[in-house]
Order: sequence, then C-alpha cells, then structure tokens
Amino acid sequence: MDKEKRRQQRINRRYRGETIFRACSMMAIVVAAAFLIFFLVDIIRTGYTAFQQTEINVDVVYNQDTVDFPQTAVPDELSDLVSRGFLRLIPNQVEADPELMGTTQNMWILAEAEVDQYIKGKPNKLDEEEIAVVEKLRAEGKIKKFFNKGFFTNGDSKLPEMAGLKSAVIGTLYVLMLTMMFSIPVGVMTAIYLEEFASDNWLTRIIEVNINNLAAIPSIIFGLLGLAIFINIFGVPRSSALAGGLTLSLMTLPVIIISTRASLRSVPDTIRQGAQGVGASPWQVVWHHILPLSLPGIMTGSIIGLAHAMGETAPLLIVGMLAYIPSAPTSITEAATVLPAQIYTWSSDSLRAYTERTALGIIVLLSILLMLNAVAVVLRNKYERKW
Amino acid sequence: MLKVLLYFLIGVLPLCYMAFYIGSKKAKKGEAALGERFHSRPGHYGWFTVIWMAVPSLVISFIFTLLGSSKVFIVPASMRLSTVLVLAAFGLWFALRKINPSLRARNFIEQTIKVALITASLVSIITTIGIVFSILFEAMHFFSKVPIWDFITGTEWSPDTAFLEGAGRDGSEAAKAQFGSLPIFSGTFIITIIALLVAVPIGLFSAIFMSEYASNRVRGMVKPILEILAGIPTVVYGFFAAITVSPLVVRTAEAMGLQADYTNALSPGLVMGIMIIPFVSSLSDDVINAIPQNMREGSLALGMTRSETMKHVLLPAALPGIISAVLLALSRAIGETMIVVMAAGLQPNLTWNPLEGMTTVTVRIVDALTGDQSFDSLETLSAFGLGFVLLIVTLILNIVSSIVIRKFRKQYV
Repeated sequence: MDKEKRRQQRINRRYRGETIFRACSMMAIVVAAAFLIFFLVDIIRTGYTAFQQTEINVDVVYNQDTVDFPQTAVPDELSDLVSRGFLRLIPNQVEADPELMGTTQNMWILAEAEVDQYIKGKPNKLDEEEIAVVEKLRAEGKIKKFFNKGFFTNGDSKLPEMAGLKSAVIGTLYVLMLTMMFSIPVGVMTAIYLEEFASDNWLTRIIEVNINNLAAIPSIIFGLLGLAIFINIFGVPRSSALAGGLTLSLMTLPVIIISTRASLRSVPDTIRQGAQGVGASPWQVVWHHILPLSLPGIMTGSIIGLAHAMGETAPLLIVGMLAYIPSAPTSITEAATVLPAQIYTWSSDSLRAYTERTALGIIVLLSILLMLNAVAVVLRNKYERKW
Repeated sequence: MLKVLLYFLIGVLPLCYMAFYIGSKKAKKGEAALGERFHSRPGHYGWFTVIWMAVPSLVISFIFTLLGSSKVFIVPASMRLSTVLVLAAFGLWFALRKINPSLRARNFIEQTIKVALITASLVSIITTIGIVFSILFEAMHFFSKVPIWDFITGTEWSPDTAFLEGAGRDGSEAAKAQFGSLPIFSGTFIITIIALLVAVPIGLFSAIFMSEYASNRVRGMVKPILEILAGIPTVVYGFFAAITVSPLVVRTAEAMGLQADYTNALSPGLVMGIMIIPFVSSLSDDVINAIPQNMREGSLALGMTRSETMKHVLLPAALPGIISAVLLALSRAIGETMIVVMAAGLQPNLTWNPLEGMTTVTVRIVDALTGDQSFDSLETLSAFGLGFVLLIVTLILNIVSSIVIRKFRKQYV
C-alpha cells in the first residue's frame, strides 16, 4: 500500500514537472510577444504626435524693413514663437512674388519647436512670459495643430519643426536601386552557376564556403571594406549613394544567392530532363524552364534581401552617410543619407523635439519594411508552386 | 547614373541590335544559298556576332573606368571612345568573317554564358579577399605603430591625443595616445553575455514550445512573431534601448538603491538579447525537428512525459545543433553595432558592473571613423585594428558553428 502511494507521489511529481516545463516554454513565447507589443506601443506612443504640427495664425508684414530684418515681420511678442525657418524665407518669398511687397498677409505659419512641444503637453523650454502668450493665442483660437505635411515634403533641418524625411527617402531609393541593380544580377548568376552548371570541384567548394562565411560577417566590416576599397582606392565620393549602394550590395549578395539557390533547387529534376530530352542546351534549360519556374522564389528572396539592406545602418555610417542633407540628392555621386541613418542622426540630437520625429521616422521605416515583407509573402503564397 | 543608362540605351543597344540583325541575316542568306542548314539556328549566329562585337569593348571600357577612378592611369576620353569603337568594329568584322556552315555558334554562346556565370560567382570571392586584405593591410599598418602586446594587454584606451602627433605637435607636452584594448573587449564581452543570458533561455524554450507543444495553428501564429523580432532594423532597437529601456533600468536601479548610468551596459544587452532570440530559436527548432521521430516515440512509449523526453532524449541529441545556434547568435551579438552605438557608452571602462557605462569594439570603430580624423591618423587605423580582431573572432565562431552542425547532420539526417 505504502509502495503504491509512493508510486502515485512520484507520478504526480513527474506530472508537475511536465506542467512546469510546459509553462516555461509558453512563458518564453509570452515574453517575446509581450516585448514586441510593448516595443511597438512605445514607439507609436512616442511618435504619433509628430503626425501633427502646431501652427500660429499671424499677420505677416511684407515691406522693405521686414525683408532686411525678417524678425520684424510678425508682432514683437510672437517673433520668438514662430519658426525661424519661416522668417528666414521672407526675402525669398518677396523675390518670388514681388506683389507681396507692401502688403500684410494673414496666414498660418509654423510655430517654433518648443511651442509645438508645449501644445502637445511634452517637456519644453518655454518661460512664463512665452507660456502666457501661447495661452492667450490658444484662447483666441489662433494656435492650432495641423497635419504635419512638412515631415514628408521637407529635407533634414537644424530646426526640429522644419525637419522632414524627404531627402532621406530619396537617398534610400537611390541606394536601394543601386543595390538592386548590382546584387540581384550577380547573385542570381552565381546561384545559377552553383546550382545548374558547377561540377563538384575545389573552386565550387571554395565559393560555397565563402558565401556562407560572408553571410555571417558583421555588417560593420562591410563598411570598413567600403571605406578602404571603394572610397580610398576607387575614389568613390564619400557619403554618396554610390558608396552606400555598392557596400550594401556586397552585404546583400549572400542573402540573394542563398535564397535563389533554394528556389532553383525546388524545381524538380524531371523538368530539366524533359527539356534536355528534346534537345535543349544547358543554358536553354535554365533560361526557358528553370528560371521562369523559380522566378517567384527568386523575387521573394530578393525583396527580403532588399528589406534587410534598407534597415541597415552601421556600414553606411562608416562610409559617411550620416551627413546633414537638407535637400534631396539629384545624382548618385552627391552626398546623401538614408532613412535609418536619418533616424540615427535625429536620435543623437540633444533637442527634445527631435525625439517624436525620430519615432515617427521609425514608424515610417517599419511600415515600409512591413509592406515589403507582405509583398514577399503574397508573392510566395500566390505564385510559388509545390511540386 | 541616368546619363550612363541613357548612353547605354541609345548607344550600345541599337549597335547590338544591328550586329544581331547582320549576323543572323548572313546565316539565313548562307542557308538559302547553300540549300542546307547551318550547325546552329540563324539567331545563334546573331548572338555570336553581338558577343564578339560588344563583350571585348565593354570589358575594356570597364577596365578603363576602374583604372581612371583608382587614379592609376587616366585614359583620355577621346582615346577611350576610339579604342572602344575600333575594338567593336574589329569584333564585328571578325565575327562576320567567321560565320560559315560548320561554325558551332550555339556552343560558343553556351561557353560565353558559362564564363559570365563563373565571373559573377567570383565576385563573392573577390569580396572576401577584399575584406581580408583591406582590413589586414590597415591593421598591420596600425600594429606597426602600436605594439600588438600593448594592444592586447593595455588597460588604457585614449586615442584622443593621436591627432596632436599627426599635426606635428608630438610627444613631449601632449600625453601620448594609448591603445590598450582590454577595457573595450571586456565591455563587448559583458554586453554579449547579458544578451546571451536573455536570448538563450527564451530562444530555447520558444523552440521547444514550437516543436513539441504547439499545434500547427499556434505555430503558424508564433513563428511570424519571432521572425518580426529579427526583421526590425537595429537602429530602431537602438533608439528603443536608449530612449525607453535605459531610463527604465536607471529608475529600477534607483528603486533598489543602486547607482546606474544612462549609458549602462544592461539596457543594450537586454535589447540585443531580444534581437537575437530568433537566431537561437529558429535553428534550434530546425534541429529538434530533424531528430528522427522514432527516438521521440521510443521514449514516449517507455512512459516518459514529454518534458522528460525533451530533457533526456531530444536535447542531448540536439545539443550540437543548439550549440551551433548559440555560437551564431554570439557572433551576431559581438558584431552588432547600432544598439550599442546608441545605448552604450563611448568611454572604455574596465569593470564587471553592468550598471556602469562601458563601450564595445563596434562603438569604437564607428566613433573613430565618423569623426574628422584624416584617413591615415592613428585613431582611424585603430578602427581597422579592432575590425580585424572582430573579423577573426566572428569567422572562427562561424566556422566552429558550421563544423558542429555538420557533425550533427551527418549523425541524424
């Protein structure tokens, strides 16, 4: 009887162990998911306020005095509250439209970043007097938040209220285009050679080991390579989209090779044998049959590789792409910046007003990445054939 | 860029089309005149002509560009253009002369394509050679000025005075620059250990959950969550670590009566740990799934519970694979840059206390190369010295990891 009881106890203990183990494994998932949710909520909470920007309704005086001293264009107590970026442009506005001269325009203009932070209830550096003025404006309905269009149409700026993503987005497009133009052809060709043509010899083996090693090298090392080879030896301009694009394409190459090989391998051998049977040459087999069939897989892999390259920052910092770029680059040899680098520059700025812009930049970046990955998944599910 | 594309479109493509047309026309005419078929189809002869015309001239103009941009030898534009045109014309003439019924144009095309494919696959090898040599060269430059022993064992890293020497105001009054890397490596080590302490348990248990307990539906939901963690750009993690986690750590430490810096090692470590969870979990998941089903069934048939099966049968069998997953995650953590650049400190600090600020190898590399230093200054070179060590360590980790996993595969798959 005693023995039976001990046996039962032991079984209970083992079952308890099972429950605990199971709970532990579920906890791991819960922790990971909880982190993800906390992280996303935190970023969105920090960043969503930047979707709106405060503007002030002011009478702007255009005359010779205000062209010479733009601060005098707005009422005295407001001159520190409206954006200096706007005031600085008054001479240009008059030049562009001479009819403005001698008139007084009532318009909504950007408020200074500290005012914006105050209106949004965030920490700010306004003093008592300024707060009183802002409160008076608020009571009169002369201060309001509008959709932050400037964030998407302006380049970077030293004034937080004027800073936008446009130049970074265009820089990213340039860099990604270069990455794509270089790494996809070379990657796909390498994969085709290794999968379809190469015999098992020392050269093939070296290439294979090499690709696996390249995939594991830290991205910052590619930055060192870009700096030493592209910039110092081949004289590619520092912090240009060309330097960044070349560096990133070497980094993306292994990803594209590996995914392309996987999708080439998934095409069954009977297709190859069938084509060879009716007299196709090796290249005709690949070009007419294997490539079209594995195209969805190749595209999925390439998109994922590009998404990866798009979020990469470290190698681009090394090749100098953290420059201050107020206007979008117009060629690949001009200094440019990319989205992640812009996020990094803003986040290291000491002005608090940049924080919400950084977070909004992150939201934009994450949305683009999510979209790219969604496209990749849809492509895979829709077109990939199971054999 | 656009200009190059435009030149290509209006210059090279019509010429190629012309060559194709002439070549295939000649073959067709020849077939008609002879009354019998050539070895290959007319189109093949067209391509044959295109290859002979375009490839040599494109290659030579590419070489000219490389020479010009590396300032070895700048070929004048007029000479470039004339060389290329002469070469193209010669190629066209040569190809047309060679077209005859027994010319194996198709085989020639196949060979050319194969050579092109091999050239493309050599790019990855050239990249590796480029990485190794560029870093090795600069690193040797650095170690010729700073004794390697001082670099490894020194505890003082103060490169700031290096530029004074470079400016000619050397030595006597200014403090000499010191490159003792010990505090940098210790910082890297501590942050990496913290990351692994987070990632290994969570990643391993996630893998166990997914391979043993989760239904297919749950698995389909959980896997993307982990994959998202790997897909978030590191600069985003860095921002999160610096803005949210770091103050949180400082406040928690204060509540417990401890003093913590805002650049403490704990917050980048924790966030980096979250980042590398997927590296541990997905490979471990694969490995656990790769263990033959009959081992699992045998253990369950003996009356073991699932957790006992896992602990006593599956995990020991999967151990090599799990070790290789951890090594990969480790190499990822050591080479991780943005999180530490944004959330860890800049000042090397030789300490065990994770609440103090410390710096890592990657932070020092970024810091040395994003300043206003000239390229041959000692501080810039020190970045290559550190990069060299980083490269060696990650390569070793990667090679060991792949050897271990190959052994595992041989045993079970």
